[in-house]
Amino acid sequence: MAMTRRDFVRGGVAAFTVGFAAPAFLTDIAKGQGRSRRNLVVLYLSGGNDGLSTLIPWGDQQYFARRPNLAIPAANVLQIGTDSAGNRLGLNPRLTDLRTIFNAGRLAVIQRTGYPNQSRSHFQGTDIWSTADPSSPQGIGWLGRYLDRMPAPVDPLTAWSTVRETPRTLLARTVGVASIPSVAEYAFASPNMGAEAQAARQSATRIASHVPVDQPHLAFVNSTAQAAFATLDRVAQVATYAPTVMYPNNGFGLALQMVAGAISRGIGTSIYWVQTGGFDTHAGQNTNVANGSYNNLMTTLNGGLFAFYRDLLNQGLLSDTLVLQFSEFGRRINENGSNGTDHGAASLMMAMGGGVRGGIYGTAPNLSANGNPTLENNNQDVRFETDFRSVYARIIDNWLGGDSSAILGGDFRNGPNFI
Amino acid sequence: MRSRREQEIDHLYRRAGFGASQEEVEGYTSLSFASYAASVARLLNYTEIPDDVDSLIGRQGYVGVTGRSGSGFQPANNILDARQRWLFRMVHTKRPLQEKMALFWHNHFATAYSKVANDIGDGGFATRMLAAKPDEEASRTKGQIELFREYALGNFRNLLIEVAKDPAMLVWLDGRTNVRARPQENFARELMELFTLGVGRFEETDVYAGARVFTGWNLNLANRNTAQARYEFFYNSGQHDTTAKEFSFPIYADGRRIIPARSAGDGMQDGIDLINAVARHPDTGPRLARKLYAFFINEVDAPDAALIEGLARTYYTTNYEIEPMVRMLLLSPQFKDPSSYYKRYSWPVEFVVRSLKEVGWTGYSVNSALNPLISMGQQLFEPPDVNGWELGPGWFSSGGMLARMNFAANLANNQRFALRDRVRGQVDSPESLLSFMLDRLTPPEFANDAYSALLDYTRVGGAWTGSDTQLAAKASGLAHLITGSGDYQLV
Repeated sequence: MAMTRRDFVRGGVAAFTVGFAAPAFLTDIAKGQGRSRRNLVVLYLSGGNDGLSTLIPWGDQQYFARRPNLAIPAANVLQIGTDSAGNRLGLNPRLTDLRTIFNAGRLAVIQRTGYPNQSRSHFQGTDIWSTADPSSPQGIGWLGRYLDRMPAPVDPLTAWSTVRETPRTLLARTVGVASIPSVAEYAFASPNMGAEAQAARQSATRIASHVPVDQPHLAFVNSTAQAAFATLDRVAQVATYAPTVMYPNNGFGLALQMVAGAISRGIGTSIYWVQTGGFDTHAGQNTNVANGSYNNLMTTLNGGLFAFYRDLLNQGLLSDTLVLQFSEFGRRINENGSNGTDHGAASLMMAMGGGVRGGIYGTAPNLSANGNPTLENNNQDVRFETDFRSVYARIIDNWLGGDSSAILGGDFRNGPNFI
Repeated sequence: MRSRREQEIDHLYRRAGFGASQEEVEGYTSLSFASYAASVARLLNYTEIPDDVDSLIGRQGYVGVTGRSGSGFQPANNILDARQRWLFRMVHTKRPLQEKMALFWHNHFATAYSKVANDIGDGGFATRMLAAKPDEEASRTKGQIELFREYALGNFRNLLIEVAKDPAMLVWLDGRTNVRARPQENFARELMELFTLGVGRFEETDVYAGARVFTGWNLNLANRNTAQARYEFFYNSGQHDTTAKEFSFPIYADGRRIIPARSAGDGMQDGIDLINAVARHPDTGPRLARKLYAFFINEVDAPDAALIEGLARTYYTTNYEIEPMVRMLLLSPQFKDPSSYYKRYSWPVEFVVRSLKEVGWTGYSVNSALNPLISMGQQLFEPPDVNGWELGPGWFSSGGMLARMNFAANLANNQRFALRDRVRGQVDSPESLLSFMLDRLTPPEFANDAYSALLDYTRVGGAWTGSDTQLAAKASGLAHLITGSGDYQLV
C-alpha cells in the first residue's frame, strides 16, 4: 500500500524527536559536518518543460512538420554540434549565456531522460522524480534518503529549500529541512523590545522544544519552529551577502543569489532546492514571438544561471558546486491548436558546475511518426533513453559520496558520465 | 477554564467557520435554545441569515481595509482589494460555514489570478472573473468565488457544470482554446484527476476523449470596448468535434462507455454526459468524503472507514448534494468527540482570521496580513497550481512557521493597547494574566514545560505592579507567544 504524506509524518516524527539535537549544539555539528564543501543545487522547472524547445533537433525535418508554428527556424538556433548518433542540435535562441557555459565545458545536456510508462500527471510525475520510485511515489525523497543516512544528529541547515514548502525530493524521515524563500524575512519579531523581546525568544524556543511522541502532529509543527530558532543567526549572515555580479531581478535570480550567499558564507548547507515555474505551456507557448511565454522562461533560466555561474567562478567556488536541472515530463511532439503543447513523456536534464564534463549526452529522438523506437504513445511523445535514476546515481556516488544502490533501491550505476 | 459547552462551541466554529470572537461565543452559548444541534442547524441554514457583511466594510468596530491611493478600495477590480474583502468576510460574516466551504472549493478547483491576468490581460478582467459580485459594476460579471459561495453546500454535479463554464476556469485550464482541429487536454485531464475520480483511476485515452468532448466550450468577449465588456462562456458549435468518444469507464447509467456522435448543434450535451458520468463514478464520492472528512474532522489520525462510507453513500443517494454530507460530518460523534479537537493543521488564512477574531482587530487593516500570508504560503486567488495548496503538514516548514510567529508578533503589537484595556481590572497576578489570555485565545492545553515557559515569560523583568505599561507589554507578549506557538497552529 502506498504511504501517504500523513503516514510519513506519523511514522517519521518519532524518529525525528530522537534525531534532533538541542539548538546549542547545532553550530558545532555544522562545523563538524563541513568535511565536504561540495554543494548540490537541484533546479526544478515546474509544469513540464518542452525539452524539444530547449535543445532543438533542428536537423530533423519532422520537427518542423509537426510544429508548424512552434518550431524554431534552424537559423535562429544556437548550434552546439551533434550527439553521438550524429543528430544536429542547438540550444534555444535565448540561452546565449548557457552556450557560453557549454563552450567552457561546464554544461552537460542529457537528452531523453525519463522512465518506463512515464506519468503525464504533474503531481504524480513530480512525485516520481522526487522519490525516484515510479511504483510507489508517495514516500520520502531521494535526497531525503541521502540525508537520513547521514550520522545523526543532522544540522537543520544541511538542506535548504528556497520555496516555502519542503519539496518531496528533500523530504526525509529523520532530518528537518530549512525552507527559506527570503533571508530578509527570516528573523524573529516581537511586539516588545530589549529584555522583553529577549525573554520572548527564550520562551518561544522553550515552547518549540516540546516534541511529544504521543502527539506527532504537534511534535512536527514544533520541530519546524525549533529548526527556525536553530538557524536564524546563521541565515542572518546571508542577508548581508554582496554578490560579485548583478543577478536578474526576478524570483529565480534572487533565489540563486541567496544560494550563492549561503555557499560563500559557508553556513553549513550542502543541498539546495531552487525552482522556477510556468513551463506548463498548453497555450501561447509562442516560441517565435519576441515576448512569447517560452522565450521569457528561457530568458529567466539563462540570466539566473549565468549570474550564478559567474558569481561562483569569481569566488573560486564553482568547482564545489553542481546544479542539476529536471522537470516532471516533456511535452507532446505535435503542437496543439492553442500555439502550445500538451503533456508528454521524456524531456532533458542539464547539469552545470566546475566538476561537470560538459557536452551532449544521449541521442535525440527521431520524430518521424511512422513508428520508431524513440517515440511512444502512438508516436505522440518522446520515449526515454536514459533512466533519470541513473543520473541521480551518478550524483550520489560521484559527487555526494553516497551509496546509490542503497538510496535508489537498485543498481543504476550505468548512467552518463557527466560527473 | 472554559466550560465544556464553550469548548464545544469553540471547536465547532474553528472547524465550520474561522473561530469565534469572545462576543460571538457569549452569544452562541447564552441563547437558551442553543443546543449543539441548533448551533449546527444555524450554520447549515445560512440562507436564513442576510448576507449583508459587505455593507459593514469601512464601518467603525470592524477590521479595516486599505484602499489604494488614487483608486480607493476596489474589490471587483484590484486583486489585492479582492483578497482584503474576502478576509473581511471571513472575520465578520454571520454565515461562516458558507465562507468556509467557498474556501474549500477554491482549493478544490484551484484557479490562480496570475495566469488569468497574464493570458487575458487584466484591465480589471481577471480580478472580476475571480472575485466580482454581479451587482457591483457595469459588466455585471459574476466572479468564480461567487459561484463557490452559491454552491457552497449545493449540488456537486451542478457545480461541476458551472465550473466547466466558468470564465476564469476556461482561461486557467485553457478550455477557451479547445477547438475541433486541435483538442486541448488541460481541463479534461484535471476534471478527472483532481476534481472527481483521482489520479490513476482513468486512462490516457480518457483524457484525449475528454478533450474532444469539451471542444467548443470557449469564451466570448461580450459588449467589447464598452464599460459593460465581459467574458462569458459560449458554446461554439462550429468548433465541436461531433464524432463519438469512447471511455474506459461507463458514461451512462446502463453501462455504455461511448458518447455517441451528435450534430454540432447538440454537441454540448457531450460535456454534460461526461460530467454526469464523473459525478456518478464510484471513486468520486469516497474521494470527496475523504477530503471533507480531513477538512472538518481530523487530518492526523486514520479516517473512520465507516463514516467515509456513510458520507459516500449519502453523496450518491442524494444525487450529489453536499449539504447532507456536511450535516452528517458536523453531527457525527467523531466530530464532537474531544479527541478530534485540534487534529487539523490550520491553513494560513484560518490562522490569520482566527487570530484576528481572538486577539482583536481594533485599528488593524487586513491589508497588513496580505504579505505575511504570502510568507506563510497561502495567497488567496493564487494557489500554487491546479492541485491547490499542499495541506496538512505541507503548510509547515521553518520559514512558514517563522512567518506565522512573526504575523502573531505584528498583530500583538498592533493590539497592545486594546489588549491592555481588555485585561485591566480583570487580572491581578502573572498567573491570572496568563490564565485570562489562554482562555481568550483557545489553544489546546499546553504541556507543563511549555506552560512554565509562558509563565516564566510573564514573570520576568520585575515584580508584578499591574501598571498600564506592564499590562501592555505582557498582554501583547503573551498574545504573540500563544498565537505564535506550534500548539495554536492546530485547530
